[in-house]
Amino acid sequence: MTSSRGSDAYRTQYLTPFIWRKLICFYRVKMASSFARILSSKRKVGILSLVGAGSLTVGFFLNREQHVNAGAQVRRIYPPSAEYPDLRKHNNCMASHLTPAVYGKLCNKTTPNGYTLDEAIQTGVDNPGHPFIKTVGMVAGDEESYEVFADLFNPVIKERHNGYDPCNMKHPTDLDSSKIRGGQFDDKYVLSSRVRTGRSIRGLSLPPACTRAERREVEKVVVDALAGLKGDLAGKYYSLTQMTEQEQQQLIDDHFLFDKPVSPLLTCAGMARDWPDARGIWHNNEKTFLVWINEEDHTRVISMEKGGNMRRVFERFCKGLQEVERLIQEKGWEFMWNEHLGYILTCPSNLGTGLRAGVHVTLPRLGKDPRFPKILDNLRLQKRGTGGVDTAAVGNTFDISNLDRLGQSEVQLVQTVIDGVNYLIECEKKLERGQDIKIPAPISQFK
Amino acid sequence: MPFGNTHNQLKMNYTAEQEYPDLSKHNNHMAKVLTPEMYANLRDKQTPSGFTLDDVIQTGVDNPGHPFIMTVGCVAGDEETYEVFKDLLDPVIEDRHGGYKPTDKHKTDLNPDNLQGGDDLDPNYVLSSRVRTGRSIRGFCLPPHCSRGERRGIEGLSVEALGALDGDLKGKYYALKDMTEEEQQQLIDDHFLFDKPVSPLLLASGMARDWPDARGIWHNDNKTFLVWVNEEDHLRVISMQKGGNMKEVFNRFCTGLTKIEELFKEKGHEFMWNEHLGYVLTCPSNLGTGLRGGVHVKLPNVSKHEKFGEILKRLRLQKRGTGGVDTAAVGGVFDISNADRLGFSEVELVQMVVDGVKLLVDMEKCLEAGQSIDDLMPEQK
Repeated sequence: MTSSRGSDAYRTQYLTPFIWRKLICFYRVKMASSFARILSSKRKVGILSLVGAGSLTVGFFLNREQHVNAGAQVRRIYPPSAEYPDLRKHNNCMASHLTPAVYGKLCNKTTPNGYTLDEAIQTGVDNPGHPFIKTVGMVAGDEESYEVFADLFNPVIKERHNGYDPCNMKHPTDLDSSKIRGGQFDDKYVLSSRVRTGRSIRGLSLPPACTRAERREVEKVVVDALAGLKGDLAGKYYSLTQMTEQEQQQLIDDHFLFDKPVSPLLTCAGMARDWPDARGIWHNNEKTFLVWINEEDHTRVISMEKGGNMRRVFERFCKGLQEVERLIQEKGWEFMWNEHLGYILTCPSNLGTGLRAGVHVTLPRLGKDPRFPKILDNLRLQKRGTGGVDTAAVGNTFDISNLDRLGQSEVQLVQTVIDGVNYLIECEKKLERGQDIKIPAPISQFK
Repeated sequence: MPFGNTHNQLKMNYTAEQEYPDLSKHNNHMAKVLTPEMYANLRDKQTPSGFTLDDVIQTGVDNPGHPFIMTVGCVAGDEETYEVFKDLLDPVIEDRHGGYKPTDKHKTDLNPDNLQGGDDLDPNYVLSSRVRTGRSIRGFCLPPHCSRGERRGIEGLSVEALGALDGDLKGKYYALKDMTEEEQQQLIDDHFLFDKPVSPLLLASGMARDWPDARGIWHNDNKTFLVWVNEEDHLRVISMQKGGNMKEVFNRFCTGLTKIEELFKEKGHEFMWNEHLGYVLTCPSNLGTGLRGGVHVKLPNVSKHEKFGEILKRLRLQKRGTGGVDTAAVGGVFDISNADRLGFSEVELVQMVVDGVKLLVDMEKCLEAGQSIDDLMPEQK
């Protein structure tokens, strides 16, 4: 498989009968008649009672000697202005861009699966703002959400991804790890290295909207593929519903176990429904390649190891991802991807590469230097505490990773981290020797 | 999904077996009743407003069981839910409400004159008395399913109706999103303020969406009559006061409710009600009267008696801690209230509380005096 995507020939190659069936099913819903489109719009629910679509209990309706007659409006329909959320106390990307006009334009639309604008923005309505970071405030329920609600997603994406415009920019995908220069850090400073991303299975709804059967299908497709990994990638799957006490304890000790989300940002989006059904953790025997299934995304893929060999971590990352992709394609599946948004994930903040490559690095002197934030900024890096997002640094150890996700390729972003961490270590060494450090020139964002 | 219909379209691409929830570790009324066959029969149905079976059961799927009590595990999204999904909800109701059958009729009696006594519960023991219920406005979806527009509509109608109350019922509305710091503090001090639900039982059903939009608290100037708007139900109506005069509390309760109902009718609205289920509320456990009448009462001796549980059972009462459902009693003070909601009228239920609490206080006095309570043991009501 080549590392660049997007050619039609590549796609046709994989249109096996199996995927044809999937596509037809998909298009049957997507290109349904206008009649069915009416059925799928929440605004026109009233008409359902008139046409007596088989799935509705119209019979009961006509028999009731009560207030509602067949043919009457069965759902109170309010104008968009009465439905528009109160966002006056809100501070998230969705609230910044959801004007009454945009709401009015989009509130009657649905994706072919029936996902609505109100569902997409619910998490942002329910969670006005985060003290540390400006949250996104909306999610996608399926791949088509990004298209159907583009009038809102595009400005949100642009704000979140520092000016990337999905309308006229293309996102490069590059998982050729041989292009990486350097990437072996001094273990004296770098305690561990890690690269993570996510992948979604095309044709199945995303965690906010998926049905139980769809979620189980994601699990099956991914677990089947992972079972085909060999060599240093061979591993085992632990389903959350079936793991033993010992397995659970081992996963906790390894810091692999994820638990039901408690963050209201996630629960308000509906991602925790039916927990722990069809959720699980897969990892290779060496514990350096880990896949989470049906947590925040269909899959989260993590490559990591102790020490500073980011190069090897990224090599394993690319190899593992490409292998998994090949294995699912054998069965007629593929990842959600397009040339403007790259890999499609639930949260717009993870579009593009969905990649966060980072290290835990000890910088006792640089960490206290007042120029540290500016240096990071210019290197297009961010710092977090070693507990992950929203934690503070403990002692002198920082989690340093790439700021960007969309608009640059995986190779470019990992190279940025490598070059940047090298610079930080150089600064630390200079400060050790009593020398002065310089703030580097800002590197350009979109290459 | 609330206010979206993703599931009903998508899930029909899969078999019922593929969609059926894993209820193997569950212990709630829904899980006891929902067989794979029932799921298959009901899953393609929806109410006229688009509420589906999966919407009904989501909270029960997400919350396998509660350590103290057997939860219901399903909710209604609108009035028609109870009809469209009767195959599921009738057995749940029967199980929850002591054998209430699909053909049974429920009587409503809000005439406070029919209550005997109740004005003389000993205030040395009975610290406070309270009666609460809920009401839903016909034609609107219930909290798990309503849109923002509907919820605001409910708030508007309720505030209008409550604004027309006068006499000792005259009061004021405090919208959650507009209240000042001082108002908020006062409501907290009065123990009136309700906050965004944190119980996963409620959150999983979608009732907390858009908080605090269109939520608020209304209370009369005397602080004895309180209405919550758009919390767990469209309206929760509470009458209360310190001391043991349950009759007065119930009087005010009935008068207030009747008046509010009249005011709604004047504007062309009515409460959800039918002769089988009584007043229709979001949770099946609150059908019928939706009434919980109770007292905070000091029973340090009786509560330690080995037959305390049995006594309560025979009196058709239940105990809770003074923090409400799911709390433990503090300092020998218990919240004692009626266990039933459906199949008995409001008057009958409050009568049971009045008679039962009177007996419990008598028993407490006996035990204090070192006497046995064996000949005070009640019959099963």
